[in-house]
Amino acid sequence: MSESVLMLQAVALTIIGAATPLLFAALGEMVTERSGVLNLGLEGMMLIGAVAAFAATVVSGNPYLGVLAGAAAGALVALLHGLLVLSLLANQVATGLAMTLFGVGLSALLGAGFVGTTITPLPTLAIPLLADVPLLGSLLFDHNALVYLSLLLVVGLSLFIYHTRAGLILRAVGESPSSAHALGYPVIRIRYLALIFGGAMAGVGGAYLSLVSTPMWSENMTAGRGWVALALVVFASWKPGRVLAGAYMFGGVTILQLHGQGMGVSIPSQFLSMLPYLATVVVLVLISRDSVKLRENRPASLGRVFRPSA
Amino acid sequence: MLRLEPRPQASKAMVYLSPLLALLLTLVSGFLIFMLLGVNAGEALYAFFIQPVSDSYGVSELLVKAVPLVLIGVGLAVGFRANVWNIGAEGQLAMGAVFAGGLAIWVPTDSGGWVLPLMMVLGVLGGMFWAAIPALLRTRYNANEILTSLMLSYVALLFLSYLVHGPWRDPDGFNFPESKLFDDFATLPLLLEGTRLHLGLLLTLVIVAGVWVMLARTLVGFQVRVVGASPRAAQFAGFRERALVWFALLLSGALAGLAGMIEVSGPIGQLVPQVSPGYGFTAIIVAFVGRLHPLGVTIAGVLLALSYLGGENLQIVMGLPQAVTGVFQGMLLFYLLACDVLIQYRVRVGRPRVAGGEL
Repeated sequence: MSESVLMLQAVALTIIGAATPLLFAALGEMVTERSGVLNLGLEGMMLIGAVAAFAATVVSGNPYLGVLAGAAAGALVALLHGLLVLSLLANQVATGLAMTLFGVGLSALLGAGFVGTTITPLPTLAIPLLADVPLLGSLLFDHNALVYLSLLLVVGLSLFIYHTRAGLILRAVGESPSSAHALGYPVIRIRYLALIFGGAMAGVGGAYLSLVSTPMWSENMTAGRGWVALALVVFASWKPGRVLAGAYMFGGVTILQLHGQGMGVSIPSQFLSMLPYLATVVVLVLISRDSVKLRENRPASLGRVFRPSA
Repeated sequence: MLRLEPRPQASKAMVYLSPLLALLLTLVSGFLIFMLLGVNAGEALYAFFIQPVSDSYGVSELLVKAVPLVLIGVGLAVGFRANVWNIGAEGQLAMGAVFAGGLAIWVPTDSGGWVLPLMMVLGVLGGMFWAAIPALLRTRYNANEILTSLMLSYVALLFLSYLVHGPWRDPDGFNFPESKLFDDFATLPLLLEGTRLHLGLLLTLVIVAGVWVMLARTLVGFQVRVVGASPRAAQFAGFRERALVWFALLLSGALAGLAGMIEVSGPIGQLVPQVSPGYGFTAIIVAFVGRLHPLGVTIAGVLLALSYLGGENLQIVMGLPQAVTGVFQGMLLFYLLACDVLIQYRVRVGRPRVAGGEL
């Protein structure tokens, strides 16, 4: 294989590797926010997911069980979050910050015994026939299961949100919980489900980091990706297809970070590491500038406490 | 069946009982967690909460750690009251440290007493500068300050890391990523010999009192309180939201920057890659536990400072990971928010009465 093909492959792998965890977390958060709940605890849920996935893989030797453990752990933290903001009517911003701080601490405590441990990472699954297509085959059809799953999730959620009755109800709950409640839909239960789904997806995103990206556990390994995912949802105007585009765009920014020095750019590594964070700020500014449009797209009840009146 | 019933009036008593209740629940949960970790839970709680402050040196260390937490917390509290969510204090602290530390490194070694006050000014300016960016982006471009201030934190920490790994590294420092040690004139004077307790403590007390007066007695303080109590009323009263956003971010940025200056010219004495063990984030908890009030924040700052000392002591005495600190901090805020529901609601057992109930 020629050198340029190898280079292309490395670039594609970097983009996909950086985009996939963001994609999971952002898709989950998009569903949560569509129900009207703001989950600022995303970072904490990703961390808990990452450590749970890693621990389960070390114990069982099976990275797929690890992914499941990551999803379950993220869902569990989300359930806790829901208890506060949905049942106890707590402020969603403050509670989200609490979940993140708690997640940072708890994951560090649980993971302390696993620092330096190695695992067999999630294997790549080449899709038969398609993977043998020259050039494109190895670029597109030779990845791990989570990459395929994340892309299927985009399609599935697009169908769910726009073309199913359940998706319509979800949107109704997010736009006007009191109307949905008056029509007899269990607003709180639906919000719990959306929140738990979001937590599980954040957990899977975290699992991707500890099972594929590195693969190992280190304290605070998400490095703000949960917050980037939150910004991505705004950037994507709460639309699944745009979440995909946004996540891969961020993957593109990471290339500069990882391959910049290899390509002969003589900038200190710290400045390259700033790029994803700066890109998030820039993107957020660009998308928020038009406040009218932002308000149109945002679920109308996002972040507000809802208490059924009867 | 348990259910929540709105109180006719918010409970004043619960506002102050809630943090105590949360602390109690945190202690109980801590006990259970220590049991799960397989250590003697009673001993561990003793090592976490009592032992670190059982001698005068321990108490002085407690105050050293409380200083940045209270300073930052009191600034954040003003912002949170006005619904301005600055969660990037960690980065503003780092920028304050960079601005102040830069001067300390740059001045000739025979400089005089003017350096320290100028470092304070620079620290404040550094924090304000870093908080001004989210303020500008929020007021001009409508960008959410929660996300921008946090993203900028990472940028600030990376910038500090670049400086101490690169241009500001001590040439005689055996290649460690540290600046040179600050000269005496760039170091905060100690209040007590034999401890690390420094002038920053008095400065903090003065500032807390100042913010208290500001909130209680000035027009801008009144506006902050009204926006917190009722954003709609504030709108009708014609308060300019933008001005308040600027005020809240600049104030909290300034205090975080000052905390950064105090850390590098006090307990640390040089620039290092990590000037704070997360004070900027813990101060969020301090602000909430302190009920967003300067006096409460001061008490809460001391309590949260204890969680750092406790975590360190636990590591030394029982070999537990220091992450225990973060778990206790997170649990405390978690329980606090849960208990806060009792301010507006009371718990009722049984089904709602239909007669006279609202529809």
